[in-house]
Amino acid sequence: MNDIAFLLNGTPVRVSADNPTRTLLDWLREGRGLTGTKEGCNEGDCGACTVMVTDDAGTRALNACILFLPQLHGKAVRTVEGLTGPKGELHPVQKAMVDKHGSQCGFCTPGFVMSMAAAQANGATDHDDYLAGNLCRCTGYAPIIRAAEAVAGTPVPTWVQDSPASAGPAPFAPASSDELAAWYAAHPDATLIAGATDVGLWVTKELRDLPEVAFLHACVDLQRIATVPGGLRIGAGVTIAALRKAVQSSHPTLAELLRRFASEQVRGAATIGGNIANGSPIGDTPPALIAMDATLHLRRGDTRREMPLEAFFLDYRKQDRAKGEFVEAVTIPDAAPDLACYKLSKRFDQDISAVCGCFNITREGGRVTAARIAFGGMAGTPKRAASVEAALVGRDWTLATIEAALPAFARDFTPMTDMRASASYRLETAQNMLVRHFHESAGTPASVLEVQA
Amino acid sequence: MSVAKPIPHDSAELHVTGTARYIDDVALPANTAHLAFGLSTVAHADIVSMDLSAVKAAPGVIAVWTADDLPFANDVSPSAHDEPLLATGTVHYVGQPIFLVIAESHLQARKAARMGRIEYREKPAILTVDQALAANSRFEGGPVVWSKGDAASAIAAAPRVIVGRFTMGGQEHFYLEGQAALAVPAEGGVVVQSSTQHPTEIQHKVAEAIGLPMHAVRVECRRMGGGFGGKESQGNALAVSCALVARLLGRPAKMRYDRDDDMTITGKRHDFRIEYRVGVDAEGRIEGIEFLQLARCGWSMDLSLPVADRAMLHADNAYNLDHVRIESHRLKTNTQSATAYRGFGGPQGMIGIERVMDHIAHDLGLDPTEVRKRNFYAEAPGALPPDPRSISAKVKEVQTTPYHMEVEDFILNGLVARLEADAGLAARRTEIADWNRQSPILKRGIALTPVKFGISFTLTHLNQAGALVHVYQDGSIHLNHGGTEMGQGLFRKVSQVAASAFSVDVGRVMITATDTGKVPNTSATAASSGSDLNGMAVKDACDRIRDRMADYLAAQHQSKAGEVRFEDGKVIVGGEEMTFAEAASRCYMGRVSLSQTGFYATPKITWDRKAGRGRPFYYFSYGASVTETVIDTLTGENRILRTDILHDAGASLNPALDIGQVEGAYVQGAGWLTTEELVWDDKGRLRTHAPSTYKIPACSDRPRVFNVALWDGANREDTIYRSKAVGEPPFMHGISAFMALSQACAACGPNYPDLQAPATAEAVLAAVKRARGAA
Repeated sequence: MNDIAFLLNGTPVRVSADNPTRTLLDWLREGRGLTGTKEGCNEGDCGACTVMVTDDAGTRALNACILFLPQLHGKAVRTVEGLTGPKGELHPVQKAMVDKHGSQCGFCTPGFVMSMAAAQANGATDHDDYLAGNLCRCTGYAPIIRAAEAVAGTPVPTWVQDSPASAGPAPFAPASSDELAAWYAAHPDATLIAGATDVGLWVTKELRDLPEVAFLHACVDLQRIATVPGGLRIGAGVTIAALRKAVQSSHPTLAELLRRFASEQVRGAATIGGNIANGSPIGDTPPALIAMDATLHLRRGDTRREMPLEAFFLDYRKQDRAKGEFVEAVTIPDAAPDLACYKLSKRFDQDISAVCGCFNITREGGRVTAARIAFGGMAGTPKRAASVEAALVGRDWTLATIEAALPAFARDFTPMTDMRASASYRLETAQNMLVRHFHESAGTPASVLEVQA
Repeated sequence: MSVAKPIPHDSAELHVTGTARYIDDVALPANTAHLAFGLSTVAHADIVSMDLSAVKAAPGVIAVWTADDLPFANDVSPSAHDEPLLATGTVHYVGQPIFLVIAESHLQARKAARMGRIEYREKPAILTVDQALAANSRFEGGPVVWSKGDAASAIAAAPRVIVGRFTMGGQEHFYLEGQAALAVPAEGGVVVQSSTQHPTEIQHKVAEAIGLPMHAVRVECRRMGGGFGGKESQGNALAVSCALVARLLGRPAKMRYDRDDDMTITGKRHDFRIEYRVGVDAEGRIEGIEFLQLARCGWSMDLSLPVADRAMLHADNAYNLDHVRIESHRLKTNTQSATAYRGFGGPQGMIGIERVMDHIAHDLGLDPTEVRKRNFYAEAPGALPPDPRSISAKVKEVQTTPYHMEVEDFILNGLVARLEADAGLAARRTEIADWNRQSPILKRGIALTPVKFGISFTLTHLNQAGALVHVYQDGSIHLNHGGTEMGQGLFRKVSQVAASAFSVDVGRVMITATDTGKVPNTSATAASSGSDLNGMAVKDACDRIRDRMADYLAAQHQSKAGEVRFEDGKVIVGGEEMTFAEAASRCYMGRVSLSQTGFYATPKITWDRKAGRGRPFYYFSYGASVTETVIDTLTGENRILRTDILHDAGASLNPALDIGQVEGAYVQGAGWLTTEELVWDDKGRLRTHAPSTYKIPACSDRPRVFNVALWDGANREDTIYRSKAVGEPPFMHGISAFMALSQACAACGPNYPDLQAPATAEAVLAAVKRARGAA
């Protein structure tokens, strides 16, 4: 087995690949004594462990706590220790954080400066979005935003501009989907790891040993978005961040839903394939994809099959996927002008949906001609609201029609009560999302995100 | 003078470069053991049997200890000796430590800790306030009642009586650095590094646990990655465990909780239910009021009694109550032992009466800000607002709190008048009402709430502090004090005090880790007291050294000590000017002691908590805030749109740090009352034990328009440079966010929305429906 090779703060390092599920965070802190990168939650939700990772796709901020070492092969990692210049010069974001009083206890600060440095390198100015994955309990964020605003547009220091060299074959990582297909068919009990934003927690929280793993990051052919007749075929390895960028103008409502998908660090690692294959009833992409009538492409060895995505989700955490079979791609229509997506969670950013409702209702001449409505958080799987759809199709798009359709929700869904929401609240807000969709279609403001003081 | 300057946090450059060290960053001695607890999985049960063979056989495990293996005190309680380090026969909550795993690595310890097989005989678990009341499960025998006047008669005679019931959730501290400790064996004892707000308490509990006097235990804390009260007592278990391993096995030991363990094991803010009955006149003035405060304290006493006391002490907030009765129940439940959290019960007591104000205004159809102002205490003499007519003739009255303390320093009439003007409150209230009339789905709300917060530990003897200052012969200054740094900037403020005492640049002053070997018998860095107490103690030490320097230099120059001037890094004596370093060197050569302890004890305070009478507070800190919110009446989703705060930090020691405290406290307070929801299931299991399920405010949750200013008055009491404590008081500005949400809900219909806290989207939607009169 090859070593794992990458650049660490500009210096080539090689790490034995004997423990493929060792996290970058543990290796940095325990293996290298680089303790600037902090463990705040060990589940990718606080951002204290944020590092910069650079590869052919550019520079990203990622959570080191749920990043396994093999995922870094051939890339460049920069930690807070590598953010300061060779003569000890502060990076502009570091200086701004001092000048604007952006640190108090300081524990979250290395993660913040890494997110800010990655954003500065990419010219990003959507501060609230790229910092949504960094929690600070002391400052109330105001001085951190002042610092971020102060450095926006300033030159990127040369010393943080990494250019990773190619490092040869990656350990535990098939180099193409063909290789993956052959390997997985022969090792059907293995765990496939794409971004590790979910599997990472199996290791850090459930303390599971994963005896057989394959990483998907080297399958570049799975990371493509291709235009096909009538649609976009999205490779399973496309990250949420890449997808969000790709559909910004073609599918703006989907892009807005993806803006609220976890956090910058998670979107930069998590993949569309992982979000589907994982089978979670509260994943954010399946409801939107189902509402768009997406087609799922599965592959086992050389055998491929496809199905409407909704058919993939059989029961709670049970999918129509054979052993050794993997998600290869999903195809969506090239536009979805009627798609509306509503995510309801306790916190707007970086939260898991209590209810995620996606509506794709086509109207002609004031009459509903087609409706595809899908929800997350309302059942054991992402699920269509078939009765609601039936109550709408063929009827006039009026409030009366909407109100007449509301009781159908209870026929489609029997949601549960958990720490995110009660069953009754879930049912009521799912209904009200349809009401909101009607009002928004009539031009009535119905989003608190669009109100300003 | 370096005081009053907005200089950055003393560790700011270390923070941003990742070189500020926390416990988990300390390079470990070889042979360090790593620890983890095996936890109870049931809320209340007798332990029938324990099979720990799999734990002992797990890879890397060195030893596994239960209560029977502890040689001395098995107790980590900060109060009533009712909190064993390891369970003794009975478990009292889900998450209680039962056994201690000692292993070669952190991960091995965590893995092994899950392998215990414990057989329980379950007992009925008391989880809720109502269950505790029904079972009479409580601390302190019965309720505590304090009163002034005759509330019942005044309410009976009042033109209008309003009753209500309000529940508020607890709050997880969510310090970004979890609990952590490291102990190293030392000759005759142990040296402990702990992420703690209370090194002396750690020293005390460790000494008891290893059966040695306190002098055998040295505890250090350089900094914490956040505390917020959660490291006042909750670090005891880790430090004691590490010290036991160091002592009994002779190995260094480190323990840090994984985040899920941290949230499962440690205590949080007390959740409360408050019931009220208030009699008012037609203008909304309170004629009599009764509060019933029900605090859910969890399984052990911890700090619940003073927390519940402070809730009672803030039941008046800013309002003069002539006839008042407060009854407080401290209920014992099979849940985490609720503990100190920023405000220490004050926020819970305060939101009780702010809720009453909101309810009165709605009931009488009045502007809530007017109702609040009508009930304010009278302004302190000499603190008149810009327009004296606005406060009527109340100035001359002598008014007392419900605990019979004279309110001498009230400034909120003037402060609120200024804030109303700065925030444009009246015009915005009108504009929002107009906007709401044409907006069917979205509704906005705006509210102003005041804060009056009492400063001092209510346990009077804690109001003391010590310091140790050294001036070296090169003129550099090294000091220690009893306070701990948790991000609040205490070390920076204290270094400014020392630099000012010698008139030198603040860069000349170094403060190293808080160390029980340097300054003994420290109080917790809590109750917002850090700068007040330690700043004074340091000033005392510095002044004594400076006086000795002045005496010696004056004698050398045939001058008088009173004529020696310390100015801008220079010392001027008898016409000669020398650098401070030169002066220090000369004093050293002249065999003058340049080292000094300092001490401070807060004056004027007396308190009889049984009677509910006295002056528990040296002074009050004040402030007010205006928050504007918007809600979605279809889902209950809500946002803060704008916040304006005017806060009283006295003559600020460091305006940048103080504004930082205000901004951060506001967002934390708003989080408590909005998105931060702790959920236990019917088995007593906390379901929100990680940031994936427990939602503190994220970046975009802060107010998009966020104006924070400091009031420009000095403290009338003789505090350190006339500053005021600032750690806790601004937390309660978050109440204005909650009241603005209540106002937005009230815009949906004729009824009082009866919004409960936290105002999650679900709670807001329920309130909207109540306002509309739907079931």
